[in-house]
Amino acid sequence: MSVKHALLALLEQQPMYGYQLRAEFERRTGTAWPLNVGQVYTTLTRLERDGLAVADGEDDEGHVVYRITDGGRDEVATWFTTPVARTQPPRDELAIKLALAVTVPGVDVGTVIQQQRSATMASLQDYTRLKRRAAEAADRAERADLAWSLVLDSLVFGAEAEIRWLDHCEARLRRAAVEQGREGARPVEDVPVPRPARGSR
Amino acid sequence: MNPVLQLADVTRVHGTGAGEVHALRGISFAAHAGELVAVMGPSGSGKSTLLTIAGGLDQPTAGAVRVEGTDLVGLGQQERARMRRTSIGYVFQGFNLIPALTAAENVALPRELDGVPVRTAREEALRALEEVGIADLAERFPDDMSGGQQQRVAIARAVVGERRLILADEPTGALDTETGEGILELLRARCDAGAAGVLVTHEARHAAWADRVVFLRDGVVVDETGTDRVEGLTERADA
Repeated sequence: MSVKHALLALLEQQPMYGYQLRAEFERRTGTAWPLNVGQVYTTLTRLERDGLAVADGEDDEGHVVYRITDGGRDEVATWFTTPVARTQPPRDELAIKLALAVTVPGVDVGTVIQQQRSATMASLQDYTRLKRRAAEAADRAERADLAWSLVLDSLVFGAEAEIRWLDHCEARLRRAAVEQGREGARPVEDVPVPRPARGSR
Repeated sequence: MNPVLQLADVTRVHGTGAGEVHALRGISFAAHAGELVAVMGPSGSGKSTLLTIAGGLDQPTAGAVRVEGTDLVGLGQQERARMRRTSIGYVFQGFNLIPALTAAENVALPRELDGVPVRTAREEALRALEEVGIADLAERFPDDMSGGQQQRVAIARAVVGERRLILADEPTGALDTETGEGILELLRARCDAGAAGVLVTHEARHAAWADRVVFLRDGVVVDETGTDRVEGLTERADA
């Protein structure tokens, strides 16, 4: 995630000090990606080194206030007009885990899939609950509320896509197992099916 | 608290001998007042069978089905039909409204069949239509309404007379995303007001409106989401 560009975009609106930047970042994105203040100051130091922002004195309470430079403004403009690259997709732990689960002998892939599906579903329930609350609070419609609600939508779509992919993996595995069974390589009973839950209320 | 709906060790077998199909294999399942439970699973997992049995539209091969404490299995056909009119509301993907009746008449029908005076039934129907946000369409016929409006009528019909168990089988299946969300909002609101709801769906984003999501595979409950929350996000919302 580009903390650097996010902070620059905030500085473009007005000069701010570290804690202010962190608060403003979280106000707009929720706490989906919490930022610690150390990270903010490290980033500010780098921005200053690269000539994109400068420390511009202290406010009445002694906070060092940072201001964006012309170079910084150009950098923000370029960031907004350049698409996020998917040529190198971020490492996806779940995809890697499943790729290994289907190739390492003795792993109960069906259970791996179901446990993940439950966990992702629980997150999706949380996001949905938060969205409902955000909608209820929509009367106070501020731009920041809209920003937070869009971030939530992104999380909803992501979780939904993950569940759909897990369903797809499960269906593919079952089909593959049936086909192998037909060829006599593996009995059909070995179709990976998740274990029944111990008890449901 | 006793559940509004309780399935205890329910089995449903279709056919006999070599053609025997086990749609449900010893399922135990409950929905409490104030709770919306989603049931998910691939086609053939038994989720629709579970709903028809919970609604008294089908009988289990073995096991008990209790609605507000009454075992549907032990009831005669007439008593079961009465339970369906007074305690259980059913919402289908295809709406299933009667085309020759207006929205208000469709909603009032179960009450009239139950012996409620016509005028009272009508008043109740209008209140239910108001609750689902289409009081102004009371005199329309189903053919003159959009899919979303028809489904709202169907929900009004399912909840009229203060029925406490709402069973919904892919209620958003024929609707676009936004209209579908409106329907889920209504189901959710009804459960928040004290009904118990069971929602069968294959859409994760719809199931996410439920308090609990139960996963079925091959007629068995394989898993269920707990009440764990995403920590940071929930803290923000609660702050």
